[in-house]
Amino acid sequence: MSVPHALLALLSEGPKYGLRLQNEFESRTGEVWPLNVGQVYTTLQRLERDGLVETDDGEGERSQKRYRITSAGDRELAEWLRTPPDLVPPPRDELVIKVLVALQVPGTDIHEILQVHRRRVIEVMQRYTQVKAAAGGDDVALALVADAELFRLEGIVRWLDAADVRLKQLPSPPHAPTADVPLEPTHPMEVSQ
Amino acid sequence: MTSALELRQVSKLYGSGATEVHALSAVDLSVERGELVAVMGPSGSGKSTLLTIAGSLEEATSGEVLVDGVDLATVSRSDQARMRRRAIGYVFQDFNLLPGLTAVENVTLPLELDGVRAKTARAAGLTALDELDVAERADRYPDELSGGERQRVAIARAIVGKRGLLLADEPTGALDSMNGEAVMRLLRAATHNGVAGVVVTHEAQLASWADRVVFLRDGHVIDQTVAPPGPESLLAAGDRR
Repeated sequence: MSVPHALLALLSEGPKYGLRLQNEFESRTGEVWPLNVGQVYTTLQRLERDGLVETDDGEGERSQKRYRITSAGDRELAEWLRTPPDLVPPPRDELVIKVLVALQVPGTDIHEILQVHRRRVIEVMQRYTQVKAAAGGDDVALALVADAELFRLEGIVRWLDAADVRLKQLPSPPHAPTADVPLEPTHPMEVSQ
Repeated sequence: MTSALELRQVSKLYGSGATEVHALSAVDLSVERGELVAVMGPSGSGKSTLLTIAGSLEEATSGEVLVDGVDLATVSRSDQARMRRRAIGYVFQDFNLLPGLTAVENVTLPLELDGVRAKTARAAGLTALDELDVAERADRYPDELSGGERQRVAIARAIVGKRGLLLADEPTGALDSMNGEAVMRLLRAATHNGVAGVVVTHEAQLASWADRVVFLRDGHVIDQTVAPPGPESLLAAGDRR
């Protein structure tokens, strides 16, 4: 989430004071993203420095200033909305690493490890579903936030399910390395970015 | 207090000798009124068998199945059939509506089979359809309804009358995610109104609507979720980002 771009989006509706920007930011992110007023003004200062917003007048108390988006700000916002987020993080997800490491630890039941994580993820999903169930029909922002987390977490459960089946299909249980074999895989997985 | 459903050390074997398959092994499970329980597990884990045994559509090889405190093995077949009609509602993946009957006729069929007079049954059927927001489709045939509407009718049929136990097998099967969510909201609402619900699913998002998720693997209950804390704790997590 980019706070500067969220503020630009709010200003694209018309000029606003800092305090109002803070309130609108929180309500439109489903109240799940608290933002203190100091952060709002620091961000606005940076946006002003970069020519993306301007104020009615350059002097006076910061709370007296009304901010408006510039045409450069409009262009920046339009470009950011169309720029895909980083969908290709390095394959170093902590859960994946834990499972890979568990395969190397003697006496570890990998299916039990997978189940521990599956249960924990689903417990978090139950909480997000409670949020969604409790949200009124008009609180679209909150439902969208909950949906995003639910789909992300569901992806983790599906990976755990697939890992379970894949590891069950192995011809024999994976052998723990002997003491003088380093823990590193024989062919280190380096995925170039 | 008596549980709406209680399985005690329930096992189910199919075949014998070399072809013997343990579909369920010593399963214990209690479901209370007002509680929605999801049963999750991979294909072949025994989830559907668990549901058919809980609904007395199939008999356990050993163990006890109690519905409202009544041990199904101790009652006659005709009493079992009556319990199936009166106490237990089923929702299936493919809805299982009879194509030659209208929505309301599908809903009232179990009541009429049970000897309830047509007029009384229709009134109860319309009330159930109304609760599921499809009362205006009461006189339509299944092929005139959308997938979401058909599943609502199927849920209405499962809750009509005074059923205490609702059993659903992959109830959102072919529905898209929003219709699937709507079905889970309805099942949750039905259980929170005092019915005990068991939903079998392999989808985590659907299971997350349940108060408790039970994990089944190779016929064994291997784990279950603990009651989640309130949603407030989640929202506070936003501070850490």
